[in-house]
Amino acid sequence: MTADGGRESALLRFLWKTAKLIATVALTFLGLLVVTFLIGRVVPVDPVLAVIGDRASQSVYDRVYVELGLDRPLYEQFWMYLQKVFTGDFGESFLTKRAIADDIARVFPATLELATIAIVIGTALGIPMGVWAAVRQGRLADQVVRVFGLIGYSAPIFWLGLLGLLVFYARLQWVAGPGRIDIAYEYAITPATGLLLLDSAMQGQWDAFRNIFSHIILPASLLGYFSMAYISRMTRSFMLNELAQEYITTARVKGVPEWRIIWVHALRNAAVPLVTVVALSYASLLEGSVLTETVFAWPGLGQYLTNSLQNADMNAVLGGTLVIGAIFVGLNLLSDLLYSLLDPRVRRQA
Amino acid sequence: MTTISRRDWLLTDRPASRRQARLGQIYRTWLTFRGNWLAMVGLAIVLALIIVALFANVIAPYDPVIGGDLRTARFLPPLTGNHLMGTDDLARDIFSRIVHGSRLTLMVVVLVAVIATPIGLLVGTSAGYFGGWTDTILMRITDIFLAFPRLILALAFVAALGPGIENAIIAIAITSWPPYARLARAETLTIRDSDYINAARLQGASSARILWYHVTPLCLSSVIIRVTLDMAGIILTAAGLGFLGLGAQPPQPEWGAMIASGRRFLIDQWWVATMPGIAIFVVSLGFNLLGDGLRDVLDPKARK
Repeated sequence: MTADGGRESALLRFLWKTAKLIATVALTFLGLLVVTFLIGRVVPVDPVLAVIGDRASQSVYDRVYVELGLDRPLYEQFWMYLQKVFTGDFGESFLTKRAIADDIARVFPATLELATIAIVIGTALGIPMGVWAAVRQGRLADQVVRVFGLIGYSAPIFWLGLLGLLVFYARLQWVAGPGRIDIAYEYAITPATGLLLLDSAMQGQWDAFRNIFSHIILPASLLGYFSMAYISRMTRSFMLNELAQEYITTARVKGVPEWRIIWVHALRNAAVPLVTVVALSYASLLEGSVLTETVFAWPGLGQYLTNSLQNADMNAVLGGTLVIGAIFVGLNLLSDLLYSLLDPRVRRQA
Repeated sequence: MTTISRRDWLLTDRPASRRQARLGQIYRTWLTFRGNWLAMVGLAIVLALIIVALFANVIAPYDPVIGGDLRTARFLPPLTGNHLMGTDDLARDIFSRIVHGSRLTLMVVVLVAVIATPIGLLVGTSAGYFGGWTDTILMRITDIFLAFPRLILALAFVAALGPGIENAIIAIAITSWPPYARLARAETLTIRDSDYINAARLQGASSARILWYHVTPLCLSSVIIRVTLDMAGIILTAAGLGFLGLGAQPPQPEWGAMIASGRRFLIDQWWVATMPGIAIFVVSLGFNLLGDGLRDVLDPKARK
């Protein structure tokens, strides 16, 4: 076989693998829909009463009952649900009286902004700490990083958030309090992307930018700390793996400086699985955001979900759950694809 | 028998009986475990939790639900009088509430483990043992449950079932089993075609019998490690549900719910929300340390 033919069939195999991956993801997504649909069916809240209120007459009740398709068999109802979801129709929120898709589109940028800054903080701190722990394996630095990570695994995030507010906002007054922005600045910015830091910077509103930054830094550091705990632990184990390889010994024998061996030779190879880890922790920030947003009154997806939950607004709960599930699946897919793209060994095996 | 000779008896190279060999093995595992001081701290915390939960009545100086005098005993700071951790807005002793809350925490952890572990084992071993379509279908279902972030799925289930600690336990259990199923399946795949399983099959043992008596026991140790490592996560999820008002309901002294009710007084009476958080933190740290230590001792793959 010529080198060209080999490359071509490798490309074909890569495409085939990608197609298979996408099929799996589609199936998983269908499963998500089944789960949210079934949860929606077992709710003790009567969906008809939720629409018409409890003072409507029996004839109205019957009409809406048929309109909602509740007289049809379950699989037909599921089919209707599917059609609606794929046209972006998650129903109407009982609480805000708006389409849930619009509601979610409105609150999502706040969560995205928070999670992005958090993952930047988590990665920027987590990787060097993991490398440091691996290089000093078993020594004091390793223990310190381990305990620091364990605290992140063990502390309830909402509690740390409250303590953070107490210390840095109420006592020291280093940061601004709950919310995304002070009311004074709220109308100074024309919403464009919904990412307030970006919007204010683009419009040159530096006072507003500082205010927004002072609001976001505490919740973002907190979320970042939790992803840092995970990223540093994984970095440590990947680095230990790489540092035990023979090419490291070769590099040492050649006289390559130690910092270069660690930060260039070993880290570059450890970076491949790390991409997956970072993508996964980005996804899990969505989960952390539910509790964090509640504590910091952050008007994002997490708070929307909690508010809907507390008001038994089932359409909104299921819509939000589905969106978060879909993002989760999407990021998983992305990390799988990146992994097979970056690691030549996986690419060849495919 | 003196202590020295008992130790020698346990550590002997030539055990005289199967019992001696097994006890010796356990003793050696214990010696390795004991050398890991972080794991010992974890074990101590978990044992303390169990003791506190068992003897909550004796340990707690006050009633966990009925408070003292609302005119004089509200919001007492820590270390006033007999109130080690102060009192809350209803003049209840926070220390007593935390002590009684340990029962709820322990109950959540134990019930979730008791519900989720058998489901995971059953799904995983069946998928691994039967293979083919059974495997594909069961693992697809497992993947779907893994596709949701855990807290979000638990939230959706609690929303459907209604708030309350029982429903929170069910919801957490439903979201906890998939990793155990994956693990049990992987273990089953490695032993499915071994000689002793074939021997059992040739003797005419039914699939159910093989699964239960010959496959499950071998998956158990790795699944138990995984469950122990998960317990901190279970506690944090339960506390999170309680914090959002979807878990245990007032006046139950659940730690997460206690933080939620103390939140209103955070600035002026910081201890009301802080104390239960310390309890959650210490207990889940204990389970994490214990799980880490168990993995180091029992899992030969993690041993360096």
